[in-house]
Amino acid sequence: MSDTMKENNNTITIDGREIPFKEGQTIMDAALAADIYIPHLCHRPGLKPHGSCKLCTVEVNGRSASACTLPAAKGQEISNNTEALNGVRKTITQMLFVEGNHFCPACEKTGDCTLQAVAYHLDMLDGHFPQFYPRREVDASHPGIVLDRDRCIMCELCVRTSREMDGKDVFAITGRGIDAKLIVNSASGKLADTDITTDDLAAHICPVGAILIKEHGYEVPIGRRTFDLHTIAEPGVEPVILRKGKHADEH
Amino acid sequence: MESHNGPTGQTGAHLLHRLFEVQQQYMHIPKQSILELAGELRLPVSQVESVVDFYSFFHRTPRGRFDLLFSNCTSCGDTAMMRSLCKRLNVTPGETRADGLVSINETSCIGMCDQGPALLVNSRTLTGLTAIRLEQIAAQIEAGVPVPEWPVEWFRVQDNVRKNGLLLGTAFETGSGLRAALEKGPEAMLAEVTQSGLRGRGGAGFSTGMKWKFCREAKGDAHYVVCNADEGEPGTFKDRILLSSHAHAVFEGMSICGHIIGASKGYLYLRGEYRYLLNDLHAVLKRRHKARLLGKHILGQAFDFDIEIIVGAGAYICGEESALIESMEQKRGIPRVRPPFPVTKGYLDQPTVVNNVETLAAAALIAVHGGAWFSGHGSEKSAGSKVLSISGDCTTPGVYEYPFGVSIQRILDDCGAEDVQAVQVGGPSGTLIAPDEFERKLGFEDLATGGSFMIYSKDRDLLKVISNFTHFFAHESCGFCTPCRVGTTLLKNGLDKIASGHGTKSDVDEMYRMATMVKRRSHCGLGQTAPNPLLDALKRFPEVFEQRLVHDSEFEPHFDLDAALEEARQISHRDDAEAHLA
Ligand SMILES: Cc1cc2nc3c(=O)[nH]c(=O)nc-3n(C[C@H](O)[C@H](O)[C@H](O)COP(=O)(O)O)c2cc1C
Ligand code: SF4
Ligand code: SF4
Ligand code: FES
Repeated sequence: MSDTMKENNNTITIDGREIPFKEGQTIMDAALAADIYIPHLCHRPGLKPHGSCKLCTVEVNGRSASACTLPAAKGQEISNNTEALNGVRKTITQMLFVEGNHFCPACEKTGDCTLQAVAYHLDMLDGHFPQFYPRREVDASHPGIVLDRDRCIMCELCVRTSREMDGKDVFAITGRGIDAKLIVNSASGKLADTDITTDDLAAHICPVGAILIKEHGYEVPIGRRTFDLHTIAEPGVEPVILRKGKHADEH
Repeated sequence: MESHNGPTGQTGAHLLHRLFEVQQQYMHIPKQSILELAGELRLPVSQVESVVDFYSFFHRTPRGRFDLLFSNCTSCGDTAMMRSLCKRLNVTPGETRADGLVSINETSCIGMCDQGPALLVNSRTLTGLTAIRLEQIAAQIEAGVPVPEWPVEWFRVQDNVRKNGLLLGTAFETGSGLRAALEKGPEAMLAEVTQSGLRGRGGAGFSTGMKWKFCREAKGDAHYVVCNADEGEPGTFKDRILLSSHAHAVFEGMSICGHIIGASKGYLYLRGEYRYLLNDLHAVLKRRHKARLLGKHILGQAFDFDIEIIVGAGAYICGEESALIESMEQKRGIPRVRPPFPVTKGYLDQPTVVNNVETLAAAALIAVHGGAWFSGHGSEKSAGSKVLSISGDCTTPGVYEYPFGVSIQRILDDCGAEDVQAVQVGGPSGTLIAPDEFERKLGFEDLATGGSFMIYSKDRDLLKVISNFTHFFAHESCGFCTPCRVGTTLLKNGLDKIASGHGTKSDVDEMYRMATMVKRRSHCGLGQTAPNPLLDALKRFPEVFEQRLVHDSEFEPHFDLDAALEEARQISHRDDAEAHLA
């Protein structure tokens, strides 16, 4: 059987639109390839799917599932961009905001932040729930990178990127339940004593302002940052997010 | 294959076991030990650290030389007793006394619901607490008498089997199941198990024959059998008695499974709360080796199989099969993405069967007596019997075995429960039912249960019960997925607000909305069932909430302004009416 034939046979339907998928793809992979946006935070093409944020929650033949981890299978009827599901996603985004400490106007990442962009996309106007105000440590020990745990959303993109892309093991999540927190792999527990460098992809992957590169703050003015010029739902925006505002001007 | 048990058969090189030893030695896990263990076991420092922080029984700062953990279960817990001992010994709950002698805290259900109130002292189980016993304990602690020298009868754990059935009442001759299985051969034996209609006793009720078949057919470098003895669901203690009095049948079920799926290694994952069973279990394993029921050439045939025991360290989520496997792999107990399921990709990514203790014991009997014998009992979709752990407001709590299809009322009559307000069937993750449902029947077609059966009389404050369960889930959430990590805490806070008399109708509506979201969108069974007590109570006992609500106001903030002024009042030495908000 040729590849094209296989593709023709293998289709799933997202919000009434039939799209092809290849063996081994998840629903998210197939959707991204077809320029269909399914909101996501802990997922990034090229990294092992994680399935923790639950922003990509869809309904597959009426059952709740994570699009980023569920393998696409022939004949799946998927609801994605519905009012109910976007409501669920908005609630989840609000939960992520209130469990951490996010003071967007004071954050270097503002405008380039995927959490913020997703919140805009979902018409989130407030945190809705009472703030948790957790106490979390800032680690500024590294000469080139600062770790501000207040903003961490536990997506483990940095954990996986360091492991899978950089061939290191710099980050990990510790603790349990609401006490979960990001740690680094060194005897002192400080970032400076890990083998991370600013050349590592893990130093740039964070979707929020929890991992920032030092001495490059506000190089792109507010108003010309990634999500000032693009929406999160735009096809092909993934590589733009990673380049951050630096190159957003070129678009 | 590395061994986790030392040459003496004692637990050894597994990270959880090494951390337990360090915790016992220093009453905490010093940073230096983390670094050493990382070196010794060739693990990243961050992995060792994250395991220490994940499991409740490991601490970064020193606990007292006497470290007491009172169960906070509605059946085997008594936190009032905990507070009175704290007062007696001058201890703040959760903190270590300044002289380092003693620390006291709460822990989730320790499985002693038929003989509570109970606690763990330096990881040993102490049952049947009374005011007098508390006083004696306080005296021993103040006198510095080491726990091993305390009177042995304080630590006695009874089986309390009140009613035998198919499983507990059928005599099992050690080795008979294995002999039958080896004689029949794997295929015929698998057919017996499938024909028996046996379904998993851990809660989900998956067909055991199917599970074994899938695993047998899955390709891998090795296959594994895991016995799930994590028994963490509050109110469940039936695996405890299976392990203490029917261990041969359990191990034999594992071996039979191993023979069928082509495994040469099995693991029993024992909850840390049941550490007191460890020596006896190792002794049984030794006897089985001697009898050539374990090891090489079992019963002289070409079948090698061995069993190791891995002991957990206080984490309910590790009962979830994929989290359990992660824990076996010396990691935090985070449930995996499924599919793939353990039968194709389990321990060390190899095909693995995970079964409950009771399932495996039943399989051993099926090997002897045949599938038809088993399927002849119970109801249509639920073959066989169920071993129940009955606790709460009744005259004779304990272990009762019934054929599936038995009614709730019949069970209540047998254990001497009167004036019953509600029954929690299957533990907090199960179903809360009201008296008009007591004719309902136990079984996969109606009320499924992993074995917990908690009874609440009319004298109980049900809101406290629901609140207890909701706190339990927030405490035990692994923290991996957003709905459960944040949602269980929001539900807990919401219930606390109502219990404190500050809740309004809008708080109840908010909680309902959050509960349905957490139930539907969470990653694993913990989050998917955590809202059950709340949702069941809202449906069946709405008055429990309504009684506590503030009715003359649409909205009350979570924030208590008057309480927030307390610090200012203390500083200004004022407590007059003007220093308070109305
Ligand atoms: C949060 C959670 C806790 C669980 N705890 C246990 C447990 O303590 N014992 C158990 O046998 N199964 C437990 N389970 C079910 C297991 O995941 C699994 O289904 C079971 O061990 C399979 O064995 P069985 O087919 O023999 O029932 C738990 C599931 C969840 C989601
Ligand atoms: S630091 Fe950033 S990338 Fe890493 S887990 Fe936190 S939010 Fe995700
Ligand atoms: S539902 Fe709860 S316990 Fe399960 S993965 Fe999510 S956070 Fe962990
Ligand atoms: S993007 Fe799928 S769960 Fe996070």
